[in-house]
Amino acid sequence: MQTASCKVLVLGGGPGGYVSAIRAGQLGLDTILLERERLGGTCLNIGCIPSKALIHAADEFHRALQFTKQSPLGIRAGDVSLDFDRTQAWKAGIVERLTGGVTTLLRRANVRVIGGQGRLLDGKTCIADTPDGQVHITAEHIVLATGSEPVALADLAFGGPILSSTEALGLSELPARLTVVGAGYIGLELGTALAKLGVKIDVVEAADRVLPHHDAELTKPVAKRLAALGIGVHLGARARRYDATERCLVIAAPNGPERRIGADKVLVTVGRRARLDGSGLESLMLEMSGRAIRIDAQCRTSMRNVWAIGDVTGEPMLAHRAMAQGRMVAEIIAGHKRAFDTVAMPAVCYTDPEIAAVGLAPDDAKGTGADVVTGICPFSANGRALTMSDNAGFVRIVARRADHVVLGIQAVGHGVSELAAGFALALEMGARLEDIAATVHAHPTQSEALQEAALKALGAALHA
Amino acid sequence: MTERVIKLPDVGEGVAEAEIVEVHVRVGDLVREDQILAAVMTDKATVEIPSPVDGRVVRVAIAAGQIVAVHAEMFAVETASVGQAAASAPLHPRSTLTSSTNGAAGQSGSSDVAQPLRRLPATVGRTEPAAPEAQKTWAKSNVAAGEVGVVPARAVAPGSPIQSPVNRPLASPAVRQRARDLGLDLRRVAGSGPAGRIRHEDLERAAAPPAPSQRSPAAQADSSVTEIKLSGMRRAIAKRMAETNRRIPHFSIIEEVDVTDLEILRADLNASGKADRPKLTILPFVMRALVVALREHPELNARFEEETETIRRFGGVHIGIATHTPGGLMVPVVRHAEARSIWECAREVTRLSQAAREGSIGRDDLQGSTITITSLGPLGGLATTPIINAPEVAIVGINKIAVRPVWSGNSFEPRRMMNVSSSFDHRIIDGFVAAEFVQQIAKLLETPAKIFLEA
Repeated sequence: MQTASCKVLVLGGGPGGYVSAIRAGQLGLDTILLERERLGGTCLNIGCIPSKALIHAADEFHRALQFTKQSPLGIRAGDVSLDFDRTQAWKAGIVERLTGGVTTLLRRANVRVIGGQGRLLDGKTCIADTPDGQVHITAEHIVLATGSEPVALADLAFGGPILSSTEALGLSELPARLTVVGAGYIGLELGTALAKLGVKIDVVEAADRVLPHHDAELTKPVAKRLAALGIGVHLGARARRYDATERCLVIAAPNGPERRIGADKVLVTVGRRARLDGSGLESLMLEMSGRAIRIDAQCRTSMRNVWAIGDVTGEPMLAHRAMAQGRMVAEIIAGHKRAFDTVAMPAVCYTDPEIAAVGLAPDDAKGTGADVVTGICPFSANGRALTMSDNAGFVRIVARRADHVVLGIQAVGHGVSELAAGFALALEMGARLEDIAATVHAHPTQSEALQEAALKALGAALHA
Repeated sequence: MTERVIKLPDVGEGVAEAEIVEVHVRVGDLVREDQILAAVMTDKATVEIPSPVDGRVVRVAIAAGQIVAVHAEMFAVETASVGQAAASAPLHPRSTLTSSTNGAAGQSGSSDVAQPLRRLPATVGRTEPAAPEAQKTWAKSNVAAGEVGVVPARAVAPGSPIQSPVNRPLASPAVRQRARDLGLDLRRVAGSGPAGRIRHEDLERAAAPPAPSQRSPAAQADSSVTEIKLSGMRRAIAKRMAETNRRIPHFSIIEEVDVTDLEILRADLNASGKADRPKLTILPFVMRALVVALREHPELNARFEEETETIRRFGGVHIGIATHTPGGLMVPVVRHAEARSIWECAREVTRLSQAAREGSIGRDDLQGSTITITSLGPLGGLATTPIINAPEVAIVGINKIAVRPVWSGNSFEPRRMMNVSSSFDHRIIDGFVAAEFVQQIAKLLETPAKIFLEA
């Protein structure tokens, strides 16, 4: 058996793990990164990046299709067709380029990358099963970044026509009909993209509205767009089973009659959960928080010098959170004083229209007992939105009434994901409504809606 | 009427017991909900125990200093309500860090910030519902998970309701990081920005050593520097002293003088003095002794002009008297001391020093001295090294009188002793001459009759 020793062993090469390893390497810590599949993790390979590529392709195709009909812009397109193999190849090219970039960055930071499944023996030792045999790795610090995996439904086990997001992104050909179970952001993003590519989509959601983690006001434009795209939305219903012979999904409301939805494929997106199996994590007997590893503000687990970052530590399962945690842990190990003390964790849904949410929504804020003021600027009052022929949605700002400190900013609308940075910056800097109102926002941009919302909350709106 | 038992809550972190630090209520007291009943201290924090209800205290089972186990009874409160029959509702202990807690309230006008900080029940996470619940609250939890210092070095579930984002100190990420590097708890830093926002300057203030007023005077280190531009008289003195000290090779002789007899004489003269005669200090005696001694050593009653390399010896003894005035050192001159009686000398010294202190002294009274006496009276020190009043060639310093044991030949006797410290211009005055002069003055003062005999 080969042996290796290092200062820092990172388990998992996703956005949390590779960032942690690169930072550790940059700081001169002898670092090994252990990845069982491909560097880049869910985000680069089967998550954020490929889904955004697919969404973009779908948007472009959908737009081109619009031009075959009557277009208010006066554009007329002829025959529009889709070579889905090319689409997938293009998507794969982006993924390859990014994962290749990660490999280069790790090498540059002098991180040793070992490909193989790791199995922890204790808080200092790990056996890696590599194609070249086992490697016995001892490390001073272990960073657990094993990520998450899609939650399966007992009655709809993955396999065959039942897809997880991974398979849905890797489809070699488009099914005629697909039903999405779970109207969270993953299900809606993929469902919308596939609908735009011509698939008949149905969505089944147990809650009484789509995107139940966001407030109703914010999700309304999305629900409207789903309907416009001809997507069937079945709320308050649960998927019971898939009837393979009749190629339909059986759904039912609680105590309600069974209904059948014709579906050649079923995409189950009912959430993700920490990936705890296969790495010998159980041998460490770490304290858990539900199904996730319990951490403190420095990402310490209950075992000394064992750290955990990213999805394996539970919600919110977001790549940018994992990256921030990964960088922080490397710096703490290198002796810096760090703590994870962000004011807000931005969350973006690449639905149509997009949602960007930072900080507290009005209801969240009220839940904390805070007396708040809210300002909303609809994109229908925004020149730039009109020129892009998509004026659905709004920007909403929530601030404490007493001193106007901004507690949250949310937006729904075309391309608002790019506004999230400004929202987060305002919260992190402790901005007040007056700060945003007094910042000159470039015209004509959608970002003007943020300034307008702040003015509105101050009772001094000009355009809305 | 319902009796509500208030127990020591689980203050978390495997703490099994806590010390009662303060008990704020007595039996019979009316208490309101949330009123602080007691403060307990664990090894981690001081925790305040609020009352969960309105009511009247009927039992106090604890006393300050006592160690109490978790879940032990602390108080019983009788409530009017019948709806609150439950034996002991969960308490939310309030915590402040064990160390000083001042400053938290002053940092913002916002009531949210000023609210007492709630300590995390660190055990809550263990019974926390799993992922779906956590998912809903993630926005809040994330903020909370960042609260450095609130979480006492323990793992916290992502979903724990730790601290509402509306309560956290307002500061940019860079400020928060700097505070960590400085070891500052932002909740203890007063923010000077809008809405109490903490700025880099506030950190500097908070990190700086406390202002002197907050420390005991004994421990004060005063690093202040006051710059004063030399002007007027001080400038003249400085220039003159530096010049004199640089140009004249000084040497000093210090001689011990027994002034017991002189003091007896002086006391006698003062006691029998007539009304028109001034009180005599030691100074007129020294002046008279100088006059006598200078007869034998005229070379000391002189001025040396460097430029012309000329020594001017004077027949008259014009004695400069170094005088402290509010503006600084002045040297008024008693002219022709050889022609003045001891009382006239005394009277002239009084007049001149008074005029000098009042600032009314004329130019003529400040020049023309041929030798100078410097005396600080009771402040006169054991010995001094006077600087010559150039262009003179000698200066005589008088030190303080003290009773010292003196060997009389067969026993120690208490004698009034006084040192005379004199400096000379070695260019003009040889050590031998100076020594003779000093010895003569000493003898004259020790046997004061000689002063008058030879006058």
